[in-house]
Amino acid sequence: MTYLHNIGTYFIMIKDIFRRPTKWSVMKPLILKDIDDLIIGSLGIVAFISFFVGGVVAIQTSLNMTSPIMPKYLVGFATRQSIILEFAPTFISIIMAGKVGSFITSSIGTMRVTEQIDALEVMGINAINYLVFPKFIALTLYPFVISIAMFLGILGGLMACVYGGYGTMEDYLEGVQLDFIPFHFIYAFIKTFVFAFLLATIPSYYGYFMKGGALEVGKASTTSFVWTSVLVIIVNFLLTSLLLG
Amino acid sequence: MIEVKDLHKSFEDAHILKGISTSFEKGQTNLIIGQSGSGKTVFLKCLLGLFEYEEGSISYEGRNFSKLSRNEKTELRSEMGMVFQGSALFDSMTIAENVMFPLRMFTKQSMSEMEDRVNIVLKRVNLDNAHKKMPSEASGGMQKRVAIARAIVNRPKFLFCDEPNSGLDPKTAIVIDNLIQEITEEFDITTVINTHDMNSVMEIGKKIVFLKDGLLEWEGSNKTIFKTENEAVTNFVYSSELFRKVRRMYLEEDAQ
Ligand SMILES: Nc1ncnc2c1ncn2[C@@H]1O[C@H](COP(=O)(O)OP(=O)(O)O)[C@@H](O)[C@H]1O
Ligand SMILES: [Mg+2]
Repeated sequence: MTYLHNIGTYFIMIKDIFRRPTKWSVMKPLILKDIDDLIIGSLGIVAFISFFVGGVVAIQTSLNMTSPIMPKYLVGFATRQSIILEFAPTFISIIMAGKVGSFITSSIGTMRVTEQIDALEVMGINAINYLVFPKFIALTLYPFVISIAMFLGILGGLMACVYGGYGTMEDYLEGVQLDFIPFHFIYAFIKTFVFAFLLATIPSYYGYFMKGGALEVGKASTTSFVWTSVLVIIVNFLLTSLLLG
Repeated sequence: MIEVKDLHKSFEDAHILKGISTSFEKGQTNLIIGQSGSGKTVFLKCLLGLFEYEEGSISYEGRNFSKLSRNEKTELRSEMGMVFQGSALFDSMTIAENVMFPLRMFTKQSMSEMEDRVNIVLKRVNLDNAHKKMPSEASGGMQKRVAIARAIVNRPKFLFCDEPNSGLDPKTAIVIDNLIQEITEEFDITTVINTHDMNSVMEIGKKIVFLKDGLLEWEGSNKTIFKTENEAVTNFVYSSELFRKVRRMYLEEDAQ
């Protein structure tokens, strides 16, 4: 029963994001701030993780290719496939559920427990629009983050391959360009957009509707991380069976 | 002037306000007192239009909130100011930006007009050079002043304060009480204050409404509260020896 109630409240919240919009002069700086906090602020960690995980994928692939009949370019091919299809969109989204998600939940939750949300409502502001809409807009730039993750992941693979002595640059690059299917890109970016939506709305939901004090803000952030990740995984499974299956 | 008639408010299965009728006059400080959990904050949030209520009516100078159109509601909202218990300043904005915020939401004034108004109001609450500070850098007393400045910046007709001096030292608490009273009289505002501070009751209780378990148990003023025989009131107000002494002295004085 409570699950159904929560899901209902979530969808009502989604509708409220777009109702009674806040004045543009007030909204604009909020959007810029959220782009800075959520997108720009995540580039460092995303770049770091992508580059090194790309490297690890390349090393693992080449270590597991013990048979001499396997072509050398396979390392580049396998690295590209795993990074574009899963690692960049899905794995990075789980990382973002921790970083961006808990930031969103704790900042909105703190506003709830310190009555800042009530203060907004007293001024006749649609607080859901005021708080969640800028995050939603900021996260429409999320595909940009994932593109960087894809590029750096493949680059990391190349570096590890060449400097670790697992293969030549020519072989790796041949593999990266091999059998390229444009629909895989489309699939990856459809996922990215859906994950961006989940990343903006689920943590906002847990922050906005929380009750209690500072301790509960911490708990809400944890719950928000768990549910955002679970939904990313479920949606990933559904979209993959739908689009590639 | 605000008139409340037979107000009922519940949360799921908990009946919090069980039929409250009273009125609050213009140009004076009206106090709501009662123990923690007696429903003061819920009552205030009903007055603010933050909570919907199941039964009863609240009329603001003749306008019944629940019967207004959306534009009329926005209009009425722009006439209300609220000082929250923990000040509720927006912690991502400077003090000046906090005070300016209602003007940006409700008016079409130019930046320089808004800045002038913010300067006047911050001066009025005796905060002259804190414009650029963040709320987290201000003391509790300063934050309260900023909250008051934000509440009055748009010249409200109705001012609501939820325990405005909780968490302040006694001296600052008195300063804040006096500030609210002066502003109320100066601008002829209908002010409603939640408190459980006995100093405030004695000092600024022009009208006092005592809530107990969601019911209006007693109403009067800081003059009549000394004479009441209502046991719930005397138990609550004169719970400390100090205030029992004050009461005895007052009654003796009165008898002479
Ligand atoms: N949003 C809410 N949801 C459910 N119960 C609430 C809510 N707000 C207040 N209550 C309950 O209403 C009662 C009165 O609370 P309140 O008005 O905050 O008391 P106080 O007089 O201390 O301000 C309490 O029992 C509280 O638990
Ligand atoms: Mg209270």
